[in-house]
Amino acid sequence: MLRDITIGQYYPAESVIHKLDPRTKLMATLVYILSLFLFRNVAGFAAVTFWLLLVIRMSKVPFGYMVKGLKAIVIILVITVVFNLFLTPGETLISFWKLRITEEGLRNAVFMTVRLIYLILGSSILTLTTTPNQLTDGLEKSLKPLNKIHVPVHEIAMMMSIALRFIPILIEETDKIMKAQLARGADFESGNLVKKAKAMVPLLVPLFISAFRRANDLALAMEARCYHGGEGRTKMKPLKYKRVDFIVYLAVAGYFAAVILLRRF
Amino acid sequence: MSIILDKVNYVYSEKTAYEIHALKDVSLKISDGEFIGIIGHTGSGKSTLIQHLNGLVRASSGGIYYNGEDIGDDDFNRKELRSKVGLVFQYPEHQLFETTVFADVCFGPKNQGHSRKQSELKAFTALRSVGLPEDYWYRSPFELSGGQKRRAAIAGVLAMEPEVLILDEPTAGLDPKGRDEILGLVAGLHKERRMTVILVSHSMEDVAKYVGRLIVMNRGSVMYDGTPAEVFAHYQELEAVGLAAPQVTYLMHELRGRGIPANGTATTLEEAKQSILQAFSEKCR
Repeated sequence: MLRDITIGQYYPAESVIHKLDPRTKLMATLVYILSLFLFRNVAGFAAVTFWLLLVIRMSKVPFGYMVKGLKAIVIILVITVVFNLFLTPGETLISFWKLRITEEGLRNAVFMTVRLIYLILGSSILTLTTTPNQLTDGLEKSLKPLNKIHVPVHEIAMMMSIALRFIPILIEETDKIMKAQLARGADFESGNLVKKAKAMVPLLVPLFISAFRRANDLALAMEARCYHGGEGRTKMKPLKYKRVDFIVYLAVAGYFAAVILLRRF
Repeated sequence: MSIILDKVNYVYSEKTAYEIHALKDVSLKISDGEFIGIIGHTGSGKSTLIQHLNGLVRASSGGIYYNGEDIGDDDFNRKELRSKVGLVFQYPEHQLFETTVFADVCFGPKNQGHSRKQSELKAFTALRSVGLPEDYWYRSPFELSGGQKRRAAIAGVLAMEPEVLILDEPTAGLDPKGRDEILGLVAGLHKERRMTVILVSHSMEDVAKYVGRLIVMNRGSVMYDGTPAEVFAHYQELEAVGLAAPQVTYLMHELRGRGIPANGTATTLEEAKQSILQAFSEKCR
């Protein structure tokens, strides 16, 4: 059951998107997210949808695999829809009991839902097609100017890559400990809320200990290889823009301009 | 009393890019009181196989019968099965969580629904049988050494008084002394309590010395199933799949190759010694 979490996972495939420079993908994702909150009519919506489908198609990641990531936000989606639908003031469309649905509310609810779904899908393309290493390399290089104002860019990037790397490990570990405690007769499902929370203790204590143990081992291993932070550190594979990256930058700029222009209609 | 597996298949992450066919048509019969060793390369499906035996993992297809009852049935009591088939995972010390060793060992019996007193009695017996000195019982499990932690964790499963005991690599990461102690403990349990024991290992020496029956797993299917002597007679085929026979098997074959009539089926040091002495005494006569 824990294997179903797809956010933040890499999906290996041979595609143009996979081969892009991570900085290009980061910038494109940022622009895409901005565009999501800029469109306000059906024409803009169509442009964004077209762009998203195009990129999904090019990434060669199965669409069903991506949609699985949406499971995590179902509750947020439901809350968004309910609040927007019933609490937006405006022209009444339907009203029953004490509730009324307004035209503006319906519009908001639909657009908000679409925005959230597109947000998750779009950003999951980034993580699905980029390995955590590439991602942090890209982030580090893009944020480098911030170093001048004493933002520890390298350290942040390193922490991020470690955190991402540990997600699957900790999921696996949870699965293992859960099974070990089930084998000792533990029960994680039945009982009321208090009982369920108590049943988590045999799972959480070993999990925390294992996380600390792993962190400790990792720190030791890094120090044993003379890791001392980012200063003066060179890369084995430095990031370099290729021609396709410039083409993508142009395409992204074109897309952004189109979305802004479509606001006028 | 037996466990029967009938054409069990298991597929991980079905219909995704990461699909793995972990078990392919595995059919086995495990009788009461057997001491079985399961060997296989990493990823051969041995860990998946043993998790089927106590219902932690459900077979994708095929049937598993415990004492004649299908454990895949919806009305089958899997919780009870888990207390009858005790499973000690790899690195079992990672599951310890209580404030004292004693309280941790009580966890299993308490889950079975025993009263506090009964649970403590069972914990007491279990800790005694794994030979953990009493002054460690009321310490935090995290203060113990690796070998001691492992004993405590094994006691945690023994306290549930299972009929079948399955151990996944119980000696991984232990020094030679700790290894011999744990294996001696397991062999003792088999002998004294007539428990069915299944030992997963990749140390050929370990399994050859203790088990009566050996199952070799390769790529999700059973490759060989027989006594250690029978299985290790195929030492060349075993090598081809990344496994090996015990050192003495190689020695005996080497000796035979040089014209000394040593017994080629010897798998333990003791058997080898006997057979070499015999061969030489016949020669000198």
